[in-house]
Amino acid sequence: MSDFEVLAQAVHKGDFATAVAETQKALDGGITIQDILDNGLIATMDEVGENFSKGTVFVPQMLRSAKTMQKCMELIQPFFKEAEVVSKGKVLIGTVKGDLHDIGKNLVAMMMEGAGFTMIDLGVDVSPDKFVQKIQEVEPDLVAMSALLSTTMPSMPLTVEAIQQAGVRDKVKIIIGGAPVTQKYADEIKADAYASDAGSAVSKAKELLGV
Amino acid sequence: MFIVGEKINASRKSIREAMERKDADFIIKVARDQHEAGADFIDVNAGTFVNQEAEMLCWLVETVQGALDVPLCLDSPNPVALAEAMKLHKGEPMINSISMETERLDALLPIVTSQSCRIIALCMARTAMPTTVEERVEVASDLISKLTDSGVPVEKIHVDPLIQPISVDTNMGLGALGAIRKIMSDFPGVNTICGLSNISFGLPERHLINRNFLALAMSYGLNGAIMDPNDNKLMSTIVTIDMLLGNDLFCEKYIEAYEQGILGKP
Repeated sequence: MSDFEVLAQAVHKGDFATAVAETQKALDGGITIQDILDNGLIATMDEVGENFSKGTVFVPQMLRSAKTMQKCMELIQPFFKEAEVVSKGKVLIGTVKGDLHDIGKNLVAMMMEGAGFTMIDLGVDVSPDKFVQKIQEVEPDLVAMSALLSTTMPSMPLTVEAIQQAGVRDKVKIIIGGAPVTQKYADEIKADAYASDAGSAVSKAKELLGV
Repeated sequence: MFIVGEKINASRKSIREAMERKDADFIIKVARDQHEAGADFIDVNAGTFVNQEAEMLCWLVETVQGALDVPLCLDSPNPVALAEAMKLHKGEPMINSISMETERLDALLPIVTSQSCRIIALCMARTAMPTTVEERVEVASDLISKLTDSGVPVEKIHVDPLIQPISVDTNMGLGALGAIRKIMSDFPGVNTICGLSNISFGLPERHLINRNFLALAMSYGLNGAIMDPNDNKLMSTIVTIDMLLGNDLFCEKYIEAYEQGILGKP
């Protein structure tokens, strides 16, 4: 494993220029893509997520780090195929039907991407049918649903039901979150997990998929 | 300022529990405390009681108005719950809220125009949340036309410009503030109102941000807030800013608040 201290610091601070330069330096130095990704970028974003959950890092800092990582990813992504980089898993994410709020959902998607998952974002107001259709199309490992309103929360069990009826419930894990959502609610509607924030969404997703 | 006391909301644990055991005294105390602190309307929300929302909302209306002579802000997007609560309500209620989301608009419009009420018009568009000043003003304009065409006087409309977190986009403050100014100047007689806590999502010391945002929003023309009237720092801010904006003749209310010991209290 290589020393990514400078890169890590740059990602923490949201210093685009240094982070990109360090990534390029690692590439030029023959360090493998997987090493840069796992031990440079993802490891740092994991720390950012943990600190966010602990309350020592705030949303703008998390955004800044994620954007920095994205810049570095642009450099290394072209080599993913030949380097046979493995994804942690495929995640389908969306805000449920009737709900147009996307801020929390976007934060979760961003942090999951930063953690090495492949994200497919369906946006907002996603109907149960749309979830099912996309599950059948892309065969994700995990389905993540968000709702900000107590009035749109009931779209979650409807979606779980639709997934069940389509016969693909055992092919995916389901994780839910959003301001009014609780662990109790997740249990009631038979979701596999609940996450209270973007940092814990990542750790719960890893637990669920065993990665 | 139209001050709407936000505390009787079933998403708060203590309120939900009081509602579950039908503890009228508890609810009345929360309502009275807010009313005495200066709330013009008391918000009542039973949204987390998914299958009993109408019944619970009606219980809140009867409970609060059975003890206090104060108008309520009926907080629900559910047409059935609103219709039933409005029938029970004494005086002119405020409705929280109507938006341009099609299903919601079509279902609520006949209800909110069936009797005299004040209406919060939330700047939520059909398919997305507006982010810029222009987008917000466009949705506001659509909503105001819909409501006034249906016979609602413009003075009874309270536009909520939709406050979004400054933590995810540092333009969100000016987006909302600019919209408040433009809406107040483009539609004479209309009111603006907003909740205060969305602005500070994702940042530490949220009260500080909420309070300062309120002061700024008032200077851009905001004349209503959905807030905790028992937060003395917030109430002190309103009294002070209202005076500084020239809305307090002989600084009477400011001095009165001082004499009541509200100013400077935590």
